[in-house]
Amino acid sequence: MALFDVSGYKSHSELRGQILGTGVGHLIDRPNQQFSVPVGVDPSGFLKSCSREGGVSIDLNHGTTTLAFTFRHGVIVAVDSRASAGSYIASKEANKVIEINPYLLGTMSGSAADCQYWERLLAKECRLYKLRNKQRISVSAASKLLCNMMLGYRGMGLSMGSMIVGWDNKGPGLYYVDDNATRLSGRMFSTGCGSSYAYGVIDSGYREDMTVEEAYELGRRGITHATHRDAYSGGVVNLYHMQEDGWIKVCKEDVSELIHRYRKDMF
Amino acid sequence: MFKLSDKILLLCVGEAGDTVQFAEYIQKNIQLYKMRNGYELSPKAAANFTRKNLADYLRSRTPYHVNLLLAGFDETDGPGLYYMDHLSALAKAPFAAHGYGAYLTLSILDRYYRPDLTRDEAVDLLKKCIEELNKRFILNLPSFSVRLIDKEGIHDLEKLMPVGAK
Repeated sequence: MALFDVSGYKSHSELRGQILGTGVGHLIDRPNQQFSVPVGVDPSGFLKSCSREGGVSIDLNHGTTTLAFTFRHGVIVAVDSRASAGSYIASKEANKVIEINPYLLGTMSGSAADCQYWERLLAKECRLYKLRNKQRISVSAASKLLCNMMLGYRGMGLSMGSMIVGWDNKGPGLYYVDDNATRLSGRMFSTGCGSSYAYGVIDSGYREDMTVEEAYELGRRGITHATHRDAYSGGVVNLYHMQEDGWIKVCKEDVSELIHRYRKDMF
Repeated sequence: MFKLSDKILLLCVGEAGDTVQFAEYIQKNIQLYKMRNGYELSPKAAANFTRKNLADYLRSRTPYHVNLLLAGFDETDGPGLYYMDHLSALAKAPFAAHGYGAYLTLSILDRYYRPDLTRDEAVDLLKKCIEELNKRFILNLPSFSVRLIDKEGIHDLEKLMPVGAK
């Protein structure tokens, strides 16, 4: 791709040549960042052998539901808190939102390790940007940084579906970034295996001119109903509201209590 | 949708061929029961009969790979919806869905269903589900046929045809 070559980015096939050539290989995603790896390492091949087809069964943590939508008064971000390893619940109160800075949030879904590592790296890069340019990074640029990190490791088995939410000079921003290096700007996203259930609820209840309380309730409802139907989502709803002067954490409520409250009103 | 009797409908989806074969087999057997015994099977009995047949074939060389919804109105018990899957599980449920569309619509049904919905509210809820499919489902499903079962029997309602995405 022309832009790819012009930007001076090394494709990972070139990196392979470097790895096989020298005794100790290096995976480089930017000049000041290197991983030392043994010769002949092949991450995606290794991960394939760990899946069910390979005989062993190490399931990465894929289960989750996260959602975010913009409306008149900012952006609502809601996530569940269940970390599953196959059918085992590794944690019931995992933190799936990373607070990058008072004006930027990142959500995590997919492999917990990948999300935590790459989003913390993004937080570091955002801080460095601010120190170098004396200006806070825009949401568009921050999401592009994360996207390019994913691009450097394409085909190597990363698993990450994240939403970058912020408020900058251009107003509220919501970007979806995933491990294929897809980057989409939009007004409503939901990720994870419970996402289809969340879409059902937030699509049918969404209005652009909602009040703040109605938007909170919609976010809560989206996660709660998704956790009700999806086995790999659960725990608590962590709800954030991105406003002009930064984000606030709205609430942290247990989904089983919420679903009982909703059922009681119904029957 | 297969009419098993005046007040029982069977919805059958799954492997091509199996669906019609199995549904017609059940349909004819329900009608045979009526002819032999002079009265119709109740929806609950019909559902259990269907499940038993599905289970009997499950471990044969020719299992039926079908997912079913059986809906009926009983004089004494009122309306009933029975969910059956290809492994021959049977559950009575207030609402149900099969297939990939279920991933999008079940949460809408969870959210807005109440046991005391009026007929118009129920059709509106169905419209909400279809709008969601029109918006998020990868396949374009241009029209849906709708039927209602009450104490008078089976009624054909207006076809639902969602128009262009927003």
